[in-house]
Amino acid sequence: MENKAHDTAPGGRDFARRLIADMLRIRRMEEKCAELYGAGKIRGFLHLYIGEEACAVGALHALKEEDNIVATYREHGHALVRGVPMASIMAEMYGKASGCCRGRGGSMHLFDAARRFYGGNAIVGGGLPLAVGLALADKMQGRSRVSACFFGDGAVAEGAFHEAMNLAALWQLPVLFLCENNFYGMGTALARAEAQTDLTAKAASYRMAAAKADGMDVLAVHAATERAAARVRAGKGPLFLELQTYRFRAHSMFDPELYRDQAEVEEWKERDPLHVFPARLQAQGVLDEDEIAALDAVAEAEVAAAVEFAEAAPWEPVADLFKDVHTPEGEP
Amino acid sequence: MKISYREAIRQALREALLGDARVFLMGEDVGRYGGTYAVSKGLLAEFGPERIRDTPLSELGFVGAGIGAALGGMRPIVEVMTVNFSLLALDQIVNSASLLRHMSGGQFSVPLVVRMATGAGRQLAAQHSHSLENWYAHIPGIRVLAPATVTDARGMLAPALADPDPVIIFEHAQLYNLEGELPDDWRCDISHAAVRRVGTQLSLITWGGSLPKALQAAAELAAAGIEVEVIDLRVLRPLDAETVYASVRKTHRALVVDEGWKSGSLAAEVVARIAEDCLYELDAPPRRLCTAEVPIPYARHLEEAALPQADRIVAAVREMLDV
Repeated sequence: MENKAHDTAPGGRDFARRLIADMLRIRRMEEKCAELYGAGKIRGFLHLYIGEEACAVGALHALKEEDNIVATYREHGHALVRGVPMASIMAEMYGKASGCCRGRGGSMHLFDAARRFYGGNAIVGGGLPLAVGLALADKMQGRSRVSACFFGDGAVAEGAFHEAMNLAALWQLPVLFLCENNFYGMGTALARAEAQTDLTAKAASYRMAAAKADGMDVLAVHAATERAAARVRAGKGPLFLELQTYRFRAHSMFDPELYRDQAEVEEWKERDPLHVFPARLQAQGVLDEDEIAALDAVAEAEVAAAVEFAEAAPWEPVADLFKDVHTPEGEP
Repeated sequence: MKISYREAIRQALREALLGDARVFLMGEDVGRYGGTYAVSKGLLAEFGPERIRDTPLSELGFVGAGIGAALGGMRPIVEVMTVNFSLLALDQIVNSASLLRHMSGGQFSVPLVVRMATGAGRQLAAQHSHSLENWYAHIPGIRVLAPATVTDARGMLAPALADPDPVIIFEHAQLYNLEGELPDDWRCDISHAAVRRVGTQLSLITWGGSLPKALQAAAELAAAGIEVEVIDLRVLRPLDAETVYASVRKTHRALVVDEGWKSGSLAAEVVARIAEDCLYELDAPPRRLCTAEVPIPYARHLEEAALPQADRIVAAVREMLDV
């Protein structure tokens, strides 16, 4: 199931606009996050997704509202595209009570129960068994949801990856494993970490269907995810989809990037989904420059409003420190 | 009616499976094999392979799947054969199950029950003889239970399943063959410690596999005219300190018996709390009788020497009372 780059927007002009709009929303939000980190407004670890936006946007637009989403600590974009309001994400990064997790989680732990967004997992590989369990619950209760689990290439070295892949395949569970292969687990290149760098070969060892898509091409990601999700939803078992992509920024804000050449980064930047896709649409006459600039302005305005919201948001009272360690009596 | 601890757990599992379609049992050899300790024998035939689900040897994977299934609306009971193998699942228990509620700002509860055997005493050597209840009792967000009687084996599962947060149940491997009288009303809470024997001269505080030893020691002491009170902690997190304190205020002496190693033990926690809150009630320094700080040896005489035993409990009590 190898995918070729798509030359046209199959969903038409509005669909293309939505994809660009969401990629811009992630990019502008995260650029602002980096700035706010420098200003000391956001603390802790901050892992930016810049460069990889086509993966979350393409994949999540191909999934349904009823599906379960499990993500990693590099999940701002996934949360946003899933529908978590930017203001709520921003307030969470500020550590405010109006954040989606009331300031308990921060950048790495965004959750949203109503949108079936199960985090926000900062233990590499930790989300995979959860996705297996969510899918098991769906299968046992006769629901046809897909549990989509995002993780990076670093996770394939973890035992949790192999245990989860095997369980999902053994029990034929509706899990869509979405591997965002950005070729580095923190500072360790894939080839320095894996004896087998063709990640789909790992799925084959669990007799699991696998596919690859160009993670820099939002339409390719969308098409591949749509096909994969349809198959998983039809009860044909789990599927492993590798999205090859690249992180333009450092691993986290503490990373001096000693492990890769700037030339390599620049080479990948030429494939920036936020340049390539809009340029293609312009060349095809689907969208013009002004329309794209207008989408960018909307994203910038949303970011400004989110920051304003986060700045003004209240702090959780220290008296509530122990809240939600346990479920209060009377709650389900 | 007299039944075994093993049978009591089986009855509790069967009741849970009959009463709630969301409940299922998952773990290594729980189905066809009938359970490593034969606890789930017969359940596969009655409930089928979906609900009595055999897993591969993937503790991290299937405990994590239990967490996910709990998030997805099920009420999983995950059996991790023994505490020794639970170390392979520690990440999912400590980094997911216990944290999800708080880390998500109260959005997700994890109604998961994890059962595992614990303890030494069967010549299984160092890798199969751990007592690490204290590791789990250290973690906020989970409840830790240690049934030591037939009644608790029968009664603790239902409230554990009703708890919206993760509960870990430690079944001491030495207790499965224990026979006891199951009262007509075996229902119990999972919040309080219990006074198992009333006494006046010293509070003997323990739980799990050490309870029968403590009761044996108390009976021997009683024959010599020494009356000790035996407290069964039952719930290792959150600790019911009040029941312990009430006993200490009466006896003014405390000895904690713990099958774990002394350093960083649950016994240390109990003694520290007594010292913090009841120091002036004490007529003697509180003491701990724990397992010798060695890996548990295979040879029977060495293993017996390493573990707390009734005769050593008797000796420790006599020394504390100077009688």
